[in-house]
Amino acid sequence: MKALVFERSVPRFAAARVASEWRSGSGARVGPLRLTDVEEPALPGTGWQRVRPRLAGICGSDLATVDGRASRYFEPIVSFPFVPGHEVVGDLDNGERVVLEPVLRCAARGIQPPCASCAAGDTNRCRNVAYGHLEPGLQTGYCADTGGGWGLALVAHDSQLHPVPDDLADEAAVMVEPAACAVHGALSAQVPKAGAVVVIGAGTLGLCTIAALAYFRPEIESITAVAKHPEQRRLARQLGASTVVGPDELRRAVRRQTGSGLLAGGQLTGGAAVVFDCVGTAASISDALAVIEPGGTVVLLGLPGAVHLDLTGLWQREIRLEGAYAYGTERISGRPKRTFELAFQLVRDCKLEELVTATYPLDRYREAIDHAANAGRRGAVKVAFDLRKEKRR
Amino acid sequence: MPRPGFVLDVDRSTPPTLFWRGEGFRLEALPVGSRVIYPPEPLDPLRDPDDAIREALLNPEGDVGPLPDLLTPGMRLTIAFDDISLPLPPMEQPDNRQRVVEAVLDLAAAAGVDDVVLIAALALHRRMTERELRHALGNRVYEAFAPHGRLLQHDAENPDELVYLGQTDRGEDVEINRRAAESDLLVYVNINLVAMDGGHKSVATGLASYRSLRHHHNVRTMQRSRSFMDQEHSELHSSNWRMGRLIAASGVKVFQIETTLNTDTFPPAFSFLQHREWEWTVRDRAAFLAMSKSLDRTPERMARSIFQSIKAPHRMASVHAGEVEAVHRLTTQQIHRQQLVEVEGQADVVTFGLPYICPYNVNSIMNPILVMCLGLGYFFNLYRGKPLVRPGGVVIMTHPTPWAFHPVHHPSYIDFFEEVLADTTDPVEIEKTHEERFATDEWYRHLYRTSHAYHGVHPFYMWYWGAHALEHLGGVIIAGGDPRAVRRMGFKPASTLRDALEMAEDVVGRDPTITHFHCPPMMICDVR
Repeated sequence: MKALVFERSVPRFAAARVASEWRSGSGARVGPLRLTDVEEPALPGTGWQRVRPRLAGICGSDLATVDGRASRYFEPIVSFPFVPGHEVVGDLDNGERVVLEPVLRCAARGIQPPCASCAAGDTNRCRNVAYGHLEPGLQTGYCADTGGGWGLALVAHDSQLHPVPDDLADEAAVMVEPAACAVHGALSAQVPKAGAVVVIGAGTLGLCTIAALAYFRPEIESITAVAKHPEQRRLARQLGASTVVGPDELRRAVRRQTGSGLLAGGQLTGGAAVVFDCVGTAASISDALAVIEPGGTVVLLGLPGAVHLDLTGLWQREIRLEGAYAYGTERISGRPKRTFELAFQLVRDCKLEELVTATYPLDRYREAIDHAANAGRRGAVKVAFDLRKEKRR
Repeated sequence: MPRPGFVLDVDRSTPPTLFWRGEGFRLEALPVGSRVIYPPEPLDPLRDPDDAIREALLNPEGDVGPLPDLLTPGMRLTIAFDDISLPLPPMEQPDNRQRVVEAVLDLAAAAGVDDVVLIAALALHRRMTERELRHALGNRVYEAFAPHGRLLQHDAENPDELVYLGQTDRGEDVEINRRAAESDLLVYVNINLVAMDGGHKSVATGLASYRSLRHHHNVRTMQRSRSFMDQEHSELHSSNWRMGRLIAASGVKVFQIETTLNTDTFPPAFSFLQHREWEWTVRDRAAFLAMSKSLDRTPERMARSIFQSIKAPHRMASVHAGEVEAVHRLTTQQIHRQQLVEVEGQADVVTFGLPYICPYNVNSIMNPILVMCLGLGYFFNLYRGKPLVRPGGVVIMTHPTPWAFHPVHHPSYIDFFEEVLADTTDPVEIEKTHEERFATDEWYRHLYRTSHAYHGVHPFYMWYWGAHALEHLGGVIIAGGDPRAVRRMGFKPASTLRDALEMAEDVVGRDPTITHFHCPPMMICDVR
């Protein structure tokens, strides 16, 4: 079958890293990713299904991988070669449409009893992503045994599959996985009623986080979004941001909103109660630490990698820095709900399919990745591979 | 004998006209048939300004005695003086304020007055630095007062230093500096650069609080001041006069000393800037060429520093002292004698070459809001009778208009530009929706009081300054400006003056009448 395969190749990995310094997405031209014919992945056992992807999104973490910028942290929890793609809507062999929940937790790995995290429903925190009958891989799309969304077929465990209602378009369904990440992040931190909230970044994750905050936490009075590009600004407002500013305007905007002072070092005396960083760069985390109030919480949704930071403020102002990875079980009004269930609701009611702005066939993967890597300035948000018309399906 | 102002009709033999562009200038060929308005030449200065000051103090105008008669041992004497916003450019030392303050202090010392305090009348402007105070008052005065805490800067946000005097018959609150109001005599030392300055505005504005200022620093007042450079038709002045009379009726005894300057604006190296182009000498041409070529290669920051270091050679042209209104009548006559130019009829398009300085960026950056204020506030309003541009006409300004702000002097300007103008550029809407929040912002208050920042509400006032023009005009174009910054203000950017003139035709029609306002030096057009 046709698939984009990411192989372990140190020289190509280095080339991708160098090329991406020049232009984001250039790793697709010189790096370890290539379009090739591979065997369809075998079903690992009972309870597994073959999924033929219809749409597969290109995520920020995929781009970091393609551009050789992913942290070495991932090395023991991925297995090569792998077919990337974890934002997937596809068809089962019986014709049923499904969305993939890609985390390869204990249930998928055949591990019994499940780890404490999986037992509690917090499958994103699974402690066994390197073990079990599958090769290591924290998610489908990073595991040599399962295939991924950027190929014509992948295999998925029943526990990973969510049926798609007939009236939900593929473009909406492919947004469920990124929306679930945003829902999990948005619900992870306590926000005091009168507290200000900031969302840094207005790519897919940032916009979905804004939507999730506005939708699930209507008690929040103001959401300040940081967006670089005009289309991002428009969408941020549409999805619920009360104020939208550019990155260099953030500190002054939060100062005004919270009645704080702005010290010579650029940090505020007060600030926002919670900041959601959906970018994950040193600059964005520094901004987050500068505009958070003492005792406030910074939630990292964006994949940070290795960054150089001055954490003095974190220490002096007793700031909590929390990660929010993937999805599991949320508690809404004290009742547990699977994050994916909430994400379906969010995608449908907020019409997040509007965020899918471009699709490409696998053959044009270099263009697709370049588009995704430069989505903001090109007026795009989510770029996806469209496999519905691929031959040999 | 200095020549009066002049209106030149551009013909084929007319040399190109000098247009200011911030920290630089350019020669532009105006279409045949355009007019260029030149200011009058500088009047002869007073031969002995110190003698003229003494004369004025001993023979005051109006119903008030000579200054020595008002000075008694044991009295509380306060001398307030205009701040860094005057004059423009800052003048060579000795500054008018130094000369006048020294003369007043000599008389006070002779009368045995010990309790003397000097106050810089900042209103909501930034606090002056030590260097600026020394320049305005001279080292001798500074050394005698500052170390002893007797050289103060008005703090419009310190409730303990303000006193509420009541309301005018129009319901305007009058709240001014407590020390000034509770002194036995308040001497106000002014420099009148333009017709708007001085009179009751000196105390009623310079020493007032936001609570008081908001009654005339607002959109309605500005739109009803036609223009605020013409006292007889200025609601800004009417309000200040009502307040000034209430201040007098409250028992505050004001002895007003007003000085004017001639328009000798630039030092010899820059003298071509105030010559008429067809009269440029070889030396003028060489200076222009050398300067414009080198400025093209000079980094922005260095160019700003060069221009901000210019000290003007303008000299004291008049001094009058005594009762406020009597003094100000004479001052206004003198200003008109120096600056008035008769102009026949309005134009479809008026062009302004905006220089590097306005009252609010001395030793600072001319940010986009100040560009707007200088062009549509000051230059547009330098008229008597009717505006130089017809209703629905177009103003073209030439200025680089960088998206740049002085972070210490103009912190609330940055927020105003980023937040308020991104929302709306309508002065009425801005005033209604945003003013109070900025005016009461604790951080701006803190910076105004303790740093060198303009008050949080100040950018609003700058925007209101242009409200009359915005209501009057059909379009505003900035040639050579940063397009992003120009668009943020709701104006149209043009690359060149020629492009701007073509764009203006979309608003006013083909073959418009064009007038260039060749300022500085300062002038007022008496438009018939």
